[in-house]
Amino acid sequence: MKRIVIGTLALLEVGLISMKSPSLLAAAVLEPVHGPAGRGKIIYEQTCLPCHQADAGGVPGMNPPLRKSPYVQGAPATLIGIILQGLNDGVEIDGETYSNPMPPFGAVLKDNDIADVLSYLRSHFGNKAAPISNLQVGRIRQTLPNKNNKNKQLKDGYH
Amino acid sequence: MKKTNICAALVLVLVAGSSFFFPDLHGKLLSPASYLKLPGDFRAQVIADNLGAARHLAVSKQGLVYVKLAKLKGGNGIIVLEGVNGDGKAAKETGFGNFIGTGMYIKGDYLYASSNTDVYRYQLNDRGEVIDTASPERIVTGLLDRREHNSKSIVLDNNGNLYVTIGAYSNACQMQDRTKGSPGINPCPILDSAAGIWQFKADKKNQTYDDGVHYATGLRNVVGLDWNQSLDQLFVMQHGRDELFQLDPDLYNAKESAELPAETMYALRKGDNAGWPYVYYDQFQKKKILSPEYGGNGHTTGGENAIDPIDAFPGHMAPDGLLFYTGSMFPERYRNGAFIAFHGSWNRAPEKQKGYFVVFQPFRNGKPDGKWEIFADNFAGSDDISSPSQALHRPCGLAQGPDGALYVSDDVKGTIYRITYSNK
Repeated sequence: MKRIVIGTLALLEVGLISMKSPSLLAAAVLEPVHGPAGRGKIIYEQTCLPCHQADAGGVPGMNPPLRKSPYVQGAPATLIGIILQGLNDGVEIDGETYSNPMPPFGAVLKDNDIADVLSYLRSHFGNKAAPISNLQVGRIRQTLPNKNNKNKQLKDGYH
Repeated sequence: MKKTNICAALVLVLVAGSSFFFPDLHGKLLSPASYLKLPGDFRAQVIADNLGAARHLAVSKQGLVYVKLAKLKGGNGIIVLEGVNGDGKAAKETGFGNFIGTGMYIKGDYLYASSNTDVYRYQLNDRGEVIDTASPERIVTGLLDRREHNSKSIVLDNNGNLYVTIGAYSNACQMQDRTKGSPGINPCPILDSAAGIWQFKADKKNQTYDDGVHYATGLRNVVGLDWNQSLDQLFVMQHGRDELFQLDPDLYNAKESAELPAETMYALRKGDNAGWPYVYYDQFQKKKILSPEYGGNGHTTGGENAIDPIDAFPGHMAPDGLLFYTGSMFPERYRNGAFIAFHGSWNRAPEKQKGYFVVFQPFRNGKPDGKWEIFADNFAGSDDISSPSQALHRPCGLAQGPDGALYVSDDVKGTIYRITYSNK
């Protein structure tokens, strides 16, 4: 009996490990995403996926995951600021640190692009948070010193 | 569409269940060694598991295994495994050293270990044990750690010199790292203190950049390196640059960007320049190509003063370990050839990821001889990996035991594999 229980548990565990990503991927495929979140999905795939990956699982030690993410589900102002200005502060999530810098996208993405991709992220990959509007993005952008919102790395220079 | 996905998912569960941890006849769960794929007559055993971020490792001549961790385990950054024999786990696992890092190397009576800024050494006794775990000598200090590519790998030669790799805190030395449209800085200021190899005295305390010799430059990020004993020469594996397509979609498509540029092996001499960031190596054209950030178009060559690699591998597979095999346990063809531990890719997305394996490159007369081959495969537990966090294990470090066994570390779960050969 014990043997069977262990076997079943092992199967379940493996099932969970291997299903984690495919099921999320499948969910994204199975449920067509309409409206702003649909546009957000396209922006995610074109702009964010190369580093944060198809399942939003990130790259261990390098690029942080965006699934079930405290950052994605956190304060909109911080999140919008990261997309506009980039981030090079050594993010730590669940005891893991991430070394690659996030480039700024303020000059690449428009307010509605950022609102759409964030709304998509905040309603997918295990995240649950309110959508973000163009106006919210616009307001944060106005508070930044430079309309293009260059990364502070540029100001500091390399040495 | 829906049906296909569910079927695919079911198949995945079944395949996963049968090949990963399926209980054997005695109800015992199979170890990660059981799904490694090795050539016939080679066997793998797991001598330790769950060490966490196990980076490089070294084996003393008495058979003690030292593993460097990039995350502390129980407050320890170095794990010692004792009592390794033909089957199962090491009898004893202890730890010391309260710093994280990657480098681990044994030379003579000393164990060398690196943090992301310093190199330390510990004296060993005649049983291969560290005499004083609490007070290592600090050999090098104050090396640059700007997070990106901050591992400091180490190796020693036979003349009392220590070599330390210092990776570039950048992808391609753009004004703004990894940012589309941002030009390359010319000359690249990173090269003065990173993106190269520095040589230090192996026995002198508290050396800084000023005491070191800037041994080689133009190397974006080297994690795997080894001293080739038969040639008495330093060999390194460079991680090639990322994101050609993402940064220059007019010049490269996603498929090209998943394969380019090559991960490269260099045989180095003092003063060598491998060309980063101005050029990258294209393994299809077999040329050094001018980087797009420096005016390149995917075809124009550059780097006339830079050396060519001695070997080239597909892009983004991340070579983290290099070992020239000098043992006698493996068949003759492995002698003086190179084992390379590839950590596996992330920058192939949206293409499928690959390279979670250990490669063997045969050598003859000091040169690669014939095509490289996959030696140990399926560390990831599947060949269908779309995102690196799906990989169950990722090879990182390599070491050779006194009996000629090959040790491989994994920095996902911290599994330590011992690979042996027997045709009896």
